[in-house]
Amino acid sequence: MSTDSTRIPLDHIRNFSIVAHIDHGKSTLADRLIQTCGGLEAREMSEQVLDNMDIEKERGITIKAQTVRLKYKANNGEDYILNLIDTPGHVDFTYEVSRSLSACEGSLLVVDASQGVEAQTLANVYQAIDNNHEIVTVLNKVDLPAAEPDRVKEQIEEVIGIDASEAVLISAKTGLGIPDVLEAIVHKLPAPKSEKGADAPLKALLVDSWYDTYLGVIVLVRILDGVLRKGMTIRMMGTDAKYGVERVGVITPKMVNVEELGPGEIGFITASIKEVADTRVGDTITEDKRPTDKALPGFKPAQPVVFCGLFPVDAADFEDLRAAMGKLRLNDASFSFEMESSAALGFGFRCGFLGLLHLEIIQERLEREFNLDLVATAPSVVYKIRMTDGTERELHNPADMPDVVKIDEIHEPWIKATIMTPDDYLGSILKLCQDRRGIQTDLSYVGARAMVSYELPLNEVVFDFYDRLKSISKGYASFDYNLADYREGDLVKLNILVNGDPVDALSILVHRSAADRRGRAMCEKLKELIPPHMFQIPIQAAIGGKVIARETVRALRKDVTAKCYGGDATRKRKLLEKQKEGKKRMRQFGKVEIPQEAFIAALKMEEN
Amino acid sequence: MLGADGHILPDTGDPGFGVYLHWPFCAAKCPYCDFNSHVRHQPVDQPRFVAAFLKEMAAAREMTGPRTVTSIFIGGGTPSLMQPATVEAILNGVAQTWHLPAGIEITLEANPSSVEAERFRGYRAAGVNRVSMGVQALNDKDLKFLGRLHNVEEALTAIRLAREIFPRMSFDLIYARPGQTVEEWSRELVEAINLAVDHLSLYQLTIEEGTPFFGLHKAGKFTVPDGDQSAALYEATQEITARHGMPAYEVSNHAVPGAESRHNLTYWRYGDYAGIGPGAHGRISRGTQKIATATERNPEAWLSLVEARGHGMIDHELLGYEEQADELLLMGLRLREGVDLARWQALSGRDPDPKREQLLLDHGFIERLGNSRLRCTPSGMLILDSVVADLAC
Repeated sequence: MSTDSTRIPLDHIRNFSIVAHIDHGKSTLADRLIQTCGGLEAREMSEQVLDNMDIEKERGITIKAQTVRLKYKANNGEDYILNLIDTPGHVDFTYEVSRSLSACEGSLLVVDASQGVEAQTLANVYQAIDNNHEIVTVLNKVDLPAAEPDRVKEQIEEVIGIDASEAVLISAKTGLGIPDVLEAIVHKLPAPKSEKGADAPLKALLVDSWYDTYLGVIVLVRILDGVLRKGMTIRMMGTDAKYGVERVGVITPKMVNVEELGPGEIGFITASIKEVADTRVGDTITEDKRPTDKALPGFKPAQPVVFCGLFPVDAADFEDLRAAMGKLRLNDASFSFEMESSAALGFGFRCGFLGLLHLEIIQERLEREFNLDLVATAPSVVYKIRMTDGTERELHNPADMPDVVKIDEIHEPWIKATIMTPDDYLGSILKLCQDRRGIQTDLSYVGARAMVSYELPLNEVVFDFYDRLKSISKGYASFDYNLADYREGDLVKLNILVNGDPVDALSILVHRSAADRRGRAMCEKLKELIPPHMFQIPIQAAIGGKVIARETVRALRKDVTAKCYGGDATRKRKLLEKQKEGKKRMRQFGKVEIPQEAFIAALKMEEN
Repeated sequence: MLGADGHILPDTGDPGFGVYLHWPFCAAKCPYCDFNSHVRHQPVDQPRFVAAFLKEMAAAREMTGPRTVTSIFIGGGTPSLMQPATVEAILNGVAQTWHLPAGIEITLEANPSSVEAERFRGYRAAGVNRVSMGVQALNDKDLKFLGRLHNVEEALTAIRLAREIFPRMSFDLIYARPGQTVEEWSRELVEAINLAVDHLSLYQLTIEEGTPFFGLHKAGKFTVPDGDQSAALYEATQEITARHGMPAYEVSNHAVPGAESRHNLTYWRYGDYAGIGPGAHGRISRGTQKIATATERNPEAWLSLVEARGHGMIDHELLGYEEQADELLLMGLRLREGVDLARWQALSGRDPDPKREQLLLDHGFIERLGNSRLRCTPSGMLILDSVVADLAC
């Protein structure tokens, strides 16, 4: 690590984010900016430098906000410091977006010049506007034959209502227009302001924190007033914890030590903080002996909205799963877990997530990075139940549903959803939303694209809504949502019984109107998934004592090897060993064994 | 031991020591067969193979120590392509290697083609006292479908000749053929029983991976009876053979009680056997342990190995207790007499899972005989592979 100790004047700093819909080229643009400003040598550039995790690179999504400090010599001959905070584009990580935006004064709005505005473009740009950001519009992929920059400019003005006449036309892939982007950052985005200046008591925003194996907890800070120096004793105003600053630095994206960070700057510190959980994102950092008088308003911590059970396929992996979850949580405080035991799946954890993608990502990371084999139960939202005795409780797990006679009302979360789609698919999408109890609030057209707003119960969305939307629109529709409120719903607990025994892992809370359909679908699916047993097995869906759907798994008629002599013993034994291994993965239900695969498939059920 | 079920060769607790010899050549490959068989267009140098068989027996003797042979089985391939002198030399070799009491069962597999039947007297003179013939079907259309080189007329002649020459004789039929009805099969089976002496092997057609039938079946060129139909065919087979005094003593093997194949019983009772020749498998006890052996499958490669180092063994695995327990169960439950659970418990160190066992008992798939014998009922035999998997856990 080298040392860099020049204090930069405020008007030579620009702090900005990039907001975009997924796949519109946000990360590629970030790479290009880093490369152009010489943050990394060509040989150090790997694709999408800021997406560190394998999953981020593979899926082309950003999960964790990343920051980088660029040095840029502008055409006017002046040197500028540009701090870029790359934000996740997905709805699940809205909270990451909002806190990143609050550390900046401006945003680049990146829109694909052929695809135009998408649902996430809207959600993210509105957040930027809410944060009083100046916005520079960038049209990416203008080199593609399908690019229609003029049409997209019009669309941006019409849909978002911002002036796009001076949009910068670029191709992040080829590098076209990148210098214009840098000039626009310098000249169109405002410099940060410091209310009280460098001599005032320290006031810094805790933007983010993460765990690094070598350095421990790293805290990303944005300085508002005063100066943060190495050796200083700081105080987190929210938690009242004190730490000695061990290291101050900036990310270029290499970690470079500096002596101090002044007003307007973004950088990192380390301070012997043990756990990420000890830091509260949005907290105000000040100097212990000369504190600032007023803390920043802070952020609301992100609340899990989707819950599911995660169970190890092999019960012996339970402790490993606990350890792995603990490690992931080090860097992701928005993910919660507590122990759960299921008759169907054994010991596991009830986990809370910010959304379905978050769930998928955590599960994938657990499986991939920790080599665990997991089963996930159907995602559930957080219900609020008012009991007849007047008390209220939250329900994260259908299995914990209290006795219906003691329930007065069940309330479920609703969302406001925005869907943008080519006109051709609108009919099917409207039908999908109606089927899912949606209430249409708006429908407008921008050229051949429709923008439709719906209020939907989240419970209907966590159940394969996004997959269905993608499939009926052939991937062209985009979707974004935010949580709206809780409303009373006619919800019932749907039990699935195999051979007469309820399978706790398959019980779900559904709206009464959907119970028949869901129950039948689950029974049919299970009938396909449960291999024939030695005797026939009834599969039933029931609400309380009332069976609403039934299927039967037929009995195995014939399963015997015709020929088996001395030479076959080895082969047959190896087969038997595999079968025995397979049985370990099966779960016993009374007299029935269900292969784990059947659960996994049933739990991933998609309707066609 | 079985009492009420008839007088099958008693399980004395000593499953015996069999010698299996594999002759890997065939005149043509049958499209359903996944056995180790090879077609050679040049004449096979039989004396050279004899020398190799003898050499490999000597090597096997090192492993087994002195043993008394209870049966010999020459299988293939098509052993009836061997010269009688070849068979004689090999049998003499067995007698020089181990103790060979007079009168033990010596079986040779034969094809019922006229050329091969001509050699029957020579085999008998060499010491073979039982033939097992691959008749497979008693109508020409199905013989053709099965890719057999003989027709029904040749088969009948061969059967007649074998009955005349050998004290014991068995033949194989393959059923559950495409489109086969229970009525058609029942008629053919009764006809077969009338031709049989005291033993029949009746196999359901199985589509094995790596055979021409596998590809054809996958491509939809023909279909085989589904689970219900093949179960109906199987049940009819059990009923008819029992009615004619040749009940099943194993999944696919039927005999007049007392006329069971001694050699095959050794496999199913999980006894020891030496496997000699290309692609032969053996099981040799060493104290409480068991060694599983397998030889090189390619005939010429096997020959080179034997000539170079005295044996063609390429696999030599010491079976653990659990593995032995698995093999004992999967082989033993194939028999009508079932398995001795005490032997299984001694190997596995546990009892069968009581819940699983009870469930199988409740459904009438298995039954207990006396203190420690457990066997499949006829309905359990139909789903034997599932039953074994349940009990082996």
